Amino acid sequence: MDLSAYLSLAAILFTIGVAGIILNHKNIIIILMSIELILLSVNINLVAFSSFRADLTGQAFALFILTVAAAEAAIGLAILVAYYRNRGSIAVEDINSLKG
Amino acid sequence: MQAEAVFFWIFATILVGSALAVIVARNPVHSVLFLILAFVSAAGLFLVLGAEFLAMILVVVYVGAVAVLFLFIVMLLDIDFARLRQGFVQYLPQGALIALVVGAELVYVMGGFAASPKAALPATPSGTLSNTAALGAVLYTRYFYFFQAAGLILLTAMIGAIVITLHHKAGVKRQNVAAQNARTPESSVEVRKAPSRAGI
Repeated sequence: MDLSAYLSLAAILFTIGVAGIILNHKNIIIILMSIELILLSVNINLVAFSSFRADLTGQAFALFILTVAAAEAAIGLAILVAYYRNRGSIAVEDINSLKG
Repeated sequence: MQAEAVFFWIFATILVGSALAVIVARNPVHSVLFLILAFVSAAGLFLVLGAEFLAMILVVVYVGAVAVLFLFIVMLLDIDFARLRQGFVQYLPQGALIALVVGAELVYVMGGFAASPKAALPATPSGTLSNTAALGAVLYTRYFYFFQAAGLILLTAMIGAIVITLHHKAGVKRQNVAAQNARTPESSVEVRKAPSRAGI
């Protein structure tokens, strides 16, 4: 397989993630999952470039992206739990307390 | 057809199909399970690309930690998911249109991309070093500070998640070690002169 196949696959995955955010704009759990999909597509891009250019920098940075994604999921879900405990709901449309 | 191409198409098909299932599944538990399938097939793609260490890390971190965390949250919170799904069909045309345009543009740009022929070397130099050892040699030397920063990010995330979710119930008695250690005989013991047959 050539590089463009991997890049196209990552592009399709990125698009699915963006569409997931738009379609499930009320369900914050699915939005977080879509963000994970987007980060995964970025990782596929980095690893594909790293493999085809024989340069390990891409894989090193894919590792850092993985770290940030794990941290983001942990913090996001912790905020979700705290919010649910306070409000009894996690619907995105109910999260408007900070509106001026 | 080469074995590499066969495995690429197998994993790519499963990846795209499960990613689609993540965003259209009615039940969030099914979404999480399809997310796990997507991660596993992405790990397979990494193996095809020769990035064994990242493939294993993807399975361990994403499937073992992140996806299970999502599963915990979905099952822990009692949420009316039918209400959260309202507007899905209403936004379907717009979402599909935006996705189609963005996807077509990205595929158009990426589809014509090709690596320079002289750069088409195996990811592991000279075949003597495994992918894990080579990645470690890069990570612990050239990107050492980035590596430390990644550790700091994880530490921050861990402390943040604990602080956010920890809450003390009111009215529960707790041990205060500092207060116990700070006690002195003067503050705790009182000597009184008790009169006979009267008590205190």
